[in-house]
Amino acid sequence: MIRATLSVTAAVVLLAACGERPQVLEYKQGTYQGKPDTPAYSNAPFNGNKGEWEKALATRNQNQNEYKRIR
Amino acid sequence: MARMKFLCDAERCIECNGCVTACKQEHEIPWGVNRRRVVTINDGVPGERSISVACMHCSDAPCMAVCPVDCFYKTEEGIVLHDKDLCIGCGYCFYACPFGAPQFPQLGAFGVRGKMDKCTFCSGGPEKDMSKAEFEKYGRNRLAEGKLPACAEMCSTKALLAGDGDVLADIYRERVVTRGKGGEVWGWATAYSRPDGAKSGAAPAPGGAPPPAPGSKS
Repeated sequence: MIRATLSVTAAVVLLAACGERPQVLEYKQGTYQGKPDTPAYSNAPFNGNKGEWEKALATRNQNQNEYKRIR
Repeated sequence: MARMKFLCDAERCIECNGCVTACKQEHEIPWGVNRRRVVTINDGVPGERSISVACMHCSDAPCMAVCPVDCFYKTEEGIVLHDKDLCIGCGYCFYACPFGAPQFPQLGAFGVRGKMDKCTFCSGGPEKDMSKAEFEKYGRNRLAEGKLPACAEMCSTKALLAGDGDVLADIYRERVVTRGKGGEVWGWATAYSRPDGAKSGAAPAPGGAPPPAPGSKS
């Protein structure tokens, strides 16, 4: 009888943790509440010409590679 | 569309703080605010390394996730910006950021916490491009002028690179392959080797080290 009681008590203690739920918060990305912003190429000097703007940045990007600059 | 990123080559950075100065000068940043700073690891010990750190414009930015007023947004180029008119200066973003990028101006004698200020990748904020209001709140908008961030463009050793992440990875890979070392800091195998081994010309050596330089004895 004592053995059975001890076994049941031990089982209850050991299995108690199985019912625990994770207590870590789940972060959810919020939605922006501020003022709208325009794309960088929308004003002068590019006036909405996205291709020209990307080309200008790509050229400057490659200027950082001196292996290309000195060849 | 390009995904804008910064990359600092620790083998080239000479801790001159030129990037910090360029940033402060370009945006007329007040005392006590450092959008960019140079961090030195093992300072004074032979083999010390320095890297320039600012907002890394995270793909999954923790500052955006924790902001209680949702004042952060991301441009189509992947630049993380915020609206200072909405910011309440609570400082949650500072605790969430692993790089310590958000800065809080200390206004007045009692150190009242101001609106958060951080690196904008020189692309201003939610005001009319290149307007006075934009400059006063967020600094100069170099991206709208077709230029890259001032810190990277004036870096004398070209340790600090800015621009399209894929192009930066190509530039960095070429450097590491040419000099045969220095890719370990950022994890060559994880970040800069292509699965097909294209362009680099050689596959990375086992253990994550970059391949030896052409002509080098090993």
